[in-house]
Amino acid sequence: MDTEPVILAFCCHYCAYAAADLAGSMRLQYPSNVRVLRLPCTGKIEVNYILTAFEHGIDAVIVAGCLEGGCHFLEGNLRARKRVERAKKLLEEIGLEPERLDMFNLSSADGPRFAEIVTEMSRRIKQLGPSPLRSDHKSVQQGIEKATHQAQKASEGVKNDCCRSQACA
Amino acid sequence: MIVADRKHVPEIRDMIKNHRRVLLVGCGTCVTVCLAGGERETGILGSALRMSLKLIGNRGTTVDECTIERQCEDAFIDALAPRVAEYDAICSLGCGAGVQALAEHFPNTPVYPGLNTQFMGILQSQGVWAEKCAGCGNCRLGEFAGICPITRCAKRQLNGPCGGSRDGRCEVNENMDCAWQLIYDRAKALGILESLESTAAPQDWSTGLDGGPRKVVREDQCIAGLGPKV
Repeated sequence: MDTEPVILAFCCHYCAYAAADLAGSMRLQYPSNVRVLRLPCTGKIEVNYILTAFEHGIDAVIVAGCLEGGCHFLEGNLRARKRVERAKKLLEEIGLEPERLDMFNLSSADGPRFAEIVTEMSRRIKQLGPSPLRSDHKSVQQGIEKATHQAQKASEGVKNDCCRSQACA
Repeated sequence: MIVADRKHVPEIRDMIKNHRRVLLVGCGTCVTVCLAGGERETGILGSALRMSLKLIGNRGTTVDECTIERQCEDAFIDALAPRVAEYDAICSLGCGAGVQALAEHFPNTPVYPGLNTQFMGILQSQGVWAEKCAGCGNCRLGEFAGICPITRCAKRQLNGPCGGSRDGRCEVNENMDCAWQLIYDRAKALGILESLESTAAPQDWSTGLDGGPRKVVREDQCIAGLGPKV
């Protein structure tokens, strides 16, 4: 069985996704076992996206949204935090460590913070060990594919401009 | 609408764990609106149950999901029959009526409840539902300025308030409004305070659940061959 931990990061287009890009441009080192998935806003995350990932044996899920008060859709990141909290409670009921899931807030300029978050999550998962729900590599790959599909579906019909200026309209 | 909330995952898991194939059936009506048993919640519970079963070492139980429009009507349940034939048990995410309707429809299939049915109520604010009606079968809201003392007074007093009303709150729970304060305030605002001066007659409880399970029959709708069921 493949024991290299796999982390899924659902990232908001406006902040964490850009921060991940910046971390790359800055040549910052962070664990390569994270799969970055773009959401138009973390407010598009569904509890089911998170649970489906864990069901397929993904070891950890990160939801990364804008700083509080800085959401382009006003309160998407606040809604996402509530959903993440609900999913954490469900994981606890199920008997899976809720520490495997976390939400972070950062800005698009926080490339180093993105690298820190991924490093911290990776360290946490190494301490907790691989997910007890992991059966085989194929299932994990299916989980990644499903999450990718869900993130793509969540982006359908949402036009993400780089800012709110007229030039982007 | 009927308001319900989900049972804890381990409780549901323990009910179904000895079956080989279990079908989770959501309901698209009241419990969808109160975010307890609609399509989305059924998907979440299905995922949670599969994980929970796996974590206790049970790899022999398969859990699948589906949602029908309304679990309390045969017309919608009929369409479920071919699917149910493939399963050993059903876990319903409908209200208590939905669970029993499925049990009546599929006499050879065990049916388990996934929800705790709570009450008839309204959406008070986003994510908060409040009880408003006890279904007593003899509505007297007209006597009480449109606020039901049977449902909303902890003592069901028809001639209130009691001595436990404090600053508009009930002595049973300081977060609960005193129904009689609400009745008084509304009657005053409507200019009908004098209507509260007469003593309210005792409630006829024979129309309520105390008289056993009730039935409503509309003869003009009882077309031969279509109902009512005996």
